Amino acid sequence: MKRVVLDARRLLCPMPVIRVQDRVAGLSPGTELEAVCTDPGVLNDIPAWCRVNGHTVVETRTEGDEYIVVIRVEPTG
Amino acid sequence: MTKQRKAIALISGGLDSLLAAKVVQEQGVLVEGINFFTGFCVEGHTHAIRKRDRARPKRNNALWVAEQLGIRLHIVDIVEEYKEVVFNPRHGYGANLNPCLDCKIFMVKKAHEWIREHDFDFIITGEVVGQRPKSQRKDTMPVVARESGADDLLLRPLCARNLPPTRPEREGWVDREALYDFSGRSRKPQMALAARFGFEDYAQPAGGCCFLTDAQYSAKLTDLWQARGEKRYELDDIMLLKVGRHLRPAPHFKVIIAREEGEVNYLKGYRGQYVNLAPVSHSGPLALIDGAASDADLRLAARLVARYSKGRAAPEVEVEVRQPGGGVHTLKVSPMPPGEIPAEWML
Ligand code: SF4
Repeated sequence: MKRVVLDARRLLCPMPVIRVQDRVAGLSPGTELEAVCTDPGVLNDIPAWCRVNGHTVVETRTEGDEYIVVIRVEPTG
Repeated sequence: MTKQRKAIALISGGLDSLLAAKVVQEQGVLVEGINFFTGFCVEGHTHAIRKRDRARPKRNNALWVAEQLGIRLHIVDIVEEYKEVVFNPRHGYGANLNPCLDCKIFMVKKAHEWIREHDFDFIITGEVVGQRPKSQRKDTMPVVARESGADDLLLRPLCARNLPPTRPEREGWVDREALYDFSGRSRKPQMALAARFGFEDYAQPAGGCCFLTDAQYSAKLTDLWQARGEKRYELDDIMLLKVGRHLRPAPHFKVIIAREEGEVNYLKGYRGQYVNLAPVSHSGPLALIDGAASDADLRLAARLVARYSKGRAAPEVEVEVRQPGGGVHTLKVSPMPPGEIPAEWML
């Protein structure tokens, strides 16, 4: 499975969400995108963005000061 | 079969845009949302920074609205292009540095470009005639439509019946009779409609949707421009204006001091870009220096940081000064007594 990493450290919401959105636009369905962030707000906002736009959250985890959200790009109409 | 009509709704995250989109959605139109990030938006992150706000839900209101409506949301970063709106609003500023009318025109213009690119039919906003003193008056409504280039593809479902019919109404894409005629500053009709749709827990921003309506924030932005001798900012500048205590002892530098732990964590992210100070002999806040500070300036800044540390009553506090490049040195200073900090330093 293809996985790409997005460095969204130091960005405040909604910037990490915008970066995820713009990155996802160029990825094919099935790809996993791992967003590495430092704003805890992403734990709410990226899953909300996924629900709204039809993508799947695979995993969210906290590592020290970093918040990592892994999503799977779904086919959207 | 009649063509499925599609509309893009400007979603600020507040109640009005939620209702406007819902009203049109109820008529069978396919609605998607568009939200613009200017850098000044009042959003979850400002709550995330301050610890005292941690209890509040840290949601992004625009995403929350989209979820309530079950629509897709496109968030557009307009930080760079928006600067021109803030620097030179053709229609001037509101009570503070909020260029509301130009801002509306700009956003509708961007939405108009978007519908042309994505083959959508029209644009929806939650504007209400008379709701805001400058940007939502009966005479400014046509200005937004005209200067944005959207013309009669701009539908305001909450007050459409107070305005001339737009193309979506004339062509029967929406039923004008099922739109509303709200006007004035009262929020009651919106609240009643929200109750009818079963919306609860929606955001009700007091002043407006962004920090530019805030007097203190605008004063800090004005100070920044004065200090630089021109209207200019980067995203980091305007984000930092939302955080910490800002003190300007001299035109060429200011000190940004965290007020509590959440702000300390936030400012930590900027240590690679700004000279930063923190007490080491006592616990106390992290501070950033914005501008080019001399050794004497740094000593003064250290005294200010000491003043806000646990060592404020101590004769001496050790403050570490770190350069973004990695150099570190320590200063031993006496905390500046509060009475000696001139009021005009506080921004
Ligand atoms: S409050 Fe801010 S975002 Fe809202 S219209 Fe005015 S300038 Fe634009």
